[in-house]
Amino acid sequence: MQATDTGDPSWFHRVVDCQWACPAHTDVPEYIRLIAQGRFADAYLVNRASNVFPGILGRVCDRPCEPACRRGRVEAKPVAICRLKRVAADRRDEHQSDIRERLPRAPAVKNGKRIACIGAGPASLTVANDLMPLGYEVTVFEKWGAPGGLMRTNIPGFRLPARVLDEEIGYILDMGVDLRLNTPISSLRALLDSGEYHAVFVGSGAPKGKDLDLPDRHAPAAVGHIHIGIDWLEAVAFGHTHSVGRRVLIIGVGNTAMDCCRTALRLGAAEVKVMARKPRGFFKASDWELEDAEEENVEIVVNHAPQRFVVRDGRLAGMIFERMEYELDDSGRIRAQRAVGEAFFPCEDVILAIGQENAFPWIEDDLGLEFDAWHRPKVDPDTFQSTRPGVFFGGDAAFGPKNIIWAVEHGHQAAISIHRYCHGLPVEERPQPTLKLESRKMGLHEWAYKNDYAPFERRLMPHVGLKERFKKLDIEVELGFTAEQAAAEAARCLNCDVQTVFDARLCIECDACVDICPVDCLTMVANGSESEVRTRLKAPALEPTQPLFVSAPLKHTGRVMVKDENLCVHCGLCAERCPTAAWDMQKSTIGIAYAGDGIPPCSTLQTRKRA
Amino acid sequence: MSFIAKPRIDHPGLPKNALGLTRRDYEGSMSTLCAGCGHDSVTAAIVEAVWGLAIRPEQVAKLSGIGCSSKTTAYFVGGGHGFNAVHGRMPSIATGAIAANRDLYYIGVSGDGDTLSIGFGQFAHAIRRNIDMLYIIENNGVYGLTKGQFSASADIGSQAKRGEVNLQPPVDPVLTALTLGCTFVARSFSGDKQQLVPLIQAGLQHRGFALIDVLSPCVTFNDHEGSTKSWRYVRENYEEVVHADYVAAAREITVDYAAGEATEVRLHDGGRIVLRKLDASYDPTHRGRALNYLREKLRQGEHVTGLIYIDQKSPEFHEVNNTSDMPINRIPYERLTPGAKGLAKILSRYR
Ligand SMILES: Cc1cc2nc3c(=O)[nH]c(=O)nc-3n(C[C@H](O)[C@H](O)[C@H](O)COP(=O)(O)OP(=O)(O)OC[C@H]3O[C@@H](n4cnc5c(N)ncnc54)[C@H](O)[C@@H]3O)c2cc1C
Ligand SMILES: Cc1ncc(C[n+]2csc(CCOP(=O)(O)OP(=O)(O)O)c2C)c(N)n1
Ligand code: SF4
Ligand code: SF4
Ligand code: SF4
Ligand SMILES: [Mg+2]
Repeated sequence: MQATDTGDPSWFHRVVDCQWACPAHTDVPEYIRLIAQGRFADAYLVNRASNVFPGILGRVCDRPCEPACRRGRVEAKPVAICRLKRVAADRRDEHQSDIRERLPRAPAVKNGKRIACIGAGPASLTVANDLMPLGYEVTVFEKWGAPGGLMRTNIPGFRLPARVLDEEIGYILDMGVDLRLNTPISSLRALLDSGEYHAVFVGSGAPKGKDLDLPDRHAPAAVGHIHIGIDWLEAVAFGHTHSVGRRVLIIGVGNTAMDCCRTALRLGAAEVKVMARKPRGFFKASDWELEDAEEENVEIVVNHAPQRFVVRDGRLAGMIFERMEYELDDSGRIRAQRAVGEAFFPCEDVILAIGQENAFPWIEDDLGLEFDAWHRPKVDPDTFQSTRPGVFFGGDAAFGPKNIIWAVEHGHQAAISIHRYCHGLPVEERPQPTLKLESRKMGLHEWAYKNDYAPFERRLMPHVGLKERFKKLDIEVELGFTAEQAAAEAARCLNCDVQTVFDARLCIECDACVDICPVDCLTMVANGSESEVRTRLKAPALEPTQPLFVSAPLKHTGRVMVKDENLCVHCGLCAERCPTAAWDMQKSTIGIAYAGDGIPPCSTLQTRKRA
Repeated sequence: MSFIAKPRIDHPGLPKNALGLTRRDYEGSMSTLCAGCGHDSVTAAIVEAVWGLAIRPEQVAKLSGIGCSSKTTAYFVGGGHGFNAVHGRMPSIATGAIAANRDLYYIGVSGDGDTLSIGFGQFAHAIRRNIDMLYIIENNGVYGLTKGQFSASADIGSQAKRGEVNLQPPVDPVLTALTLGCTFVARSFSGDKQQLVPLIQAGLQHRGFALIDVLSPCVTFNDHEGSTKSWRYVRENYEEVVHADYVAAAREITVDYAAGEATEVRLHDGGRIVLRKLDASYDPTHRGRALNYLREKLRQGEHVTGLIYIDQKSPEFHEVNNTSDMPINRIPYERLTPGAKGLAKILSRYR
């Protein structure tokens, strides 16, 4: 194997599994350490730099970081990364000064470039967040009377209180964003032709809920009782819908279905069933959303495929389903399926939660914007530019429904492109991440981080009591971690960014590090091909996707030091045991590039007041 | 030395032995030796070997004298029995314990100072009695614990860290053991676990006194340029003459040896030691030739390693002394003590 090039920032970045998995590359271990030190405001700002909405995401993020977290491989459960983010947001005003003073500000002198953002969802808001401090004048057009996009209209208040939304969106708007509410864009041509804007960002989401065209879907007696999930949630959020029938069927078992069933309970439904076509394990909803719904006594009925609506006595009486049976192969995939009869489920209302689509009725055909077969715009996955230069897409509008943290990352990337575009620079050339390494050695056996393994199990989120929470529509169910819980949970983080950095020139091959490693990461072996070296490690390499570090040849024997990164708990014992400091524990900081990076501010582009 | 303990989290893929235990179940308390000390590597090799033999931890008795090396019995098989004797006196404690209980595996760990200076007489008599134990010398050429004075194993011309050169001839424990009639004589290197682990296993299964002289660099006082026991010097000047693998009675030999390359020595427990000669002219069952070979190599400045000599025929301590088959702590009290009348009878014989 080739010696590993640890100078490439992506090497050490990958070791920080959570940060690598986070679409916006949030520096998780750094903010967790700050929480442990009680520096909540600092922790909040570390978050905000990458994910823009720590309070929102600390409640409702899809958390792609958690399945990736190393702690989940070492033990059963990952660090509660997301809930610790909420701790930083909830307690950011303790101990430290108001974070408002430390937020980015827009310069008084503008750079003369005007940007239009369509839609006030997280994607557009991120673009505004990144461009305002650089002197841009950003105008955001929003169809509804409040900003936030689906975060406002679809994510229910019992998961995400409006106060949190208002606050974090406010931090962006307060930089002087020109927000035009109740202003739907009905023609992109008109906007482009107005010549008002140097670039346009489309962040209009994927606003169309899928329908289910089964018999009697449009029967006059039924039509008012069959709802499209995202439209129904929106109507609830804006106070247009106040009630629902006693028995409600939800079709589909994704995250939208979970919000629909729990909302139905809060509007007075007594019996809510979520109807799933397939068995558990095929559900799209996140495990924790399923758990929360089931805690509220929502029944999830598996293996029922909807067949038709049933109208009786001039009203919707229920639905007929086919009962399904599935044969699974060894890898758990469906090999065969068959219907084994029918079942009738009575209900007053049906809510369809089977997916969303993009829809751009307001984009004309002849603007040079190409669309694919699914009516999705052709968007470059790196630059987020459409086929028409100067028009960028991001969030759900770009590649179909995803989630908030992806919308944020799209916003960051689009902001980089817009900044380059406005400077006449090629958008394909991207500013690169940087890497900084700093030793954590303090003394002979002292390190500037907590290297002792904390054997705590993952803390459980406390909830409002089952009776209490239904009293109002928007009582937030999750209470947030207590101080004790936060401290214990923070201690579970393994500090994956405090890296084991190896210098082959110093090693005397004494075996001390190999012997002391509690999880048998290290081996000194004769070099070979990767697949072959993997068979000769001290402990079996369990995770082929986790990279092996390979050193340069060692002085005495020409063997190489190999480290399987998979289970390293970053305890630093290898470095403590090494007589020659060939191993050192060094904190890596990955400098993620944002819009301002790579382009020196010109005189009219001045971003900071000179002191 | 570390201030934090090695955390008790295991690699989920860690293999288990016949008792369902992992290597980590054979660890002891945290080492307080210098970082990079060869002795810690020997500790790791003992852990690996005892785990591999699936010996229950409570079947192990660990004995030692005084020195950095002698401290290490605390660092392996935490579930075993232990006795830390005064300087150089481990062999007599071992002799007594072995006489009283033949059911345990005895592992003695000593240093070149502990064995070849103050304990030299005790060492010689333990060999002469052929007591059934594994005796490991962690040989670094210095008194590590007392800050690096030359020990009796320091080679002529070897330089101390302060600069003085040793002028006295060394006591070679392997040559000494061979001349004293030792029935299992091996040398190894703390930096070569592939050699050391099977040697420890073979030594534990050998009936009688098994000596392994392990070159184990003192990283603090004897790892410099000019030392003949440094990591670098040993690595460049050690030569394996016979590689030994221990194969348990129930197990098939799975390694393929080229024809004529391997010979077997059958042990009393039915297990075998498979010997692979790396120098075809060498015969590890011939004491005289072994001695000549070693002397020759010594002149060339080579550390000969591997299983140097093995003799399964000479009677060991229990046979010669007709000791009790049953550990005396399990013999009923009435049978163990003659009682007042019995004692009077015995005493009368000497009047
Ligand atoms: C029920 C439900 C629950 C969800 N729960 C979560 C969750 O818990 N966690 C998570 O991460 N994600 C969740 N999501 C997904 C998440 O909300 C979206 O992926 C995210 O909001 C997309 O952001 P966006 O900026 O691309 O668009 P959106 O949030 O969809 O915002 C687009 C905005 O553009 C406006 N708009 C559209 N067309 C026009 C026009 N022509 N002119 C002017 N304005 C226009 C819309 O009114 C809207 O305000 C959920 C989605 C749904 C439906
Ligand atoms: C009776 C007695 N004499 C002297 C000492 C001092 N002493 C302690 S350890 C030691 C030598 C240890 O050398 P070695 O056995 O080689 O062990 P190492 O530390 O090198 O592993 C000496 C002389 C002692 N503890 N007791
Ligand atoms: S243990 Fe901490 S740093 Fe490592 S992946 Fe999990 S959250 Fe990230
Ligand atoms: S502890 Fe240091 S010198 Fe010893 S093998 Fe490990 S890296 Fe090399
Ligand atoms: S002084 Fe030498 S023998 Fe003693 S612990 Fe340190 S390195 Fe090992
Ligand atoms: Mg010594």
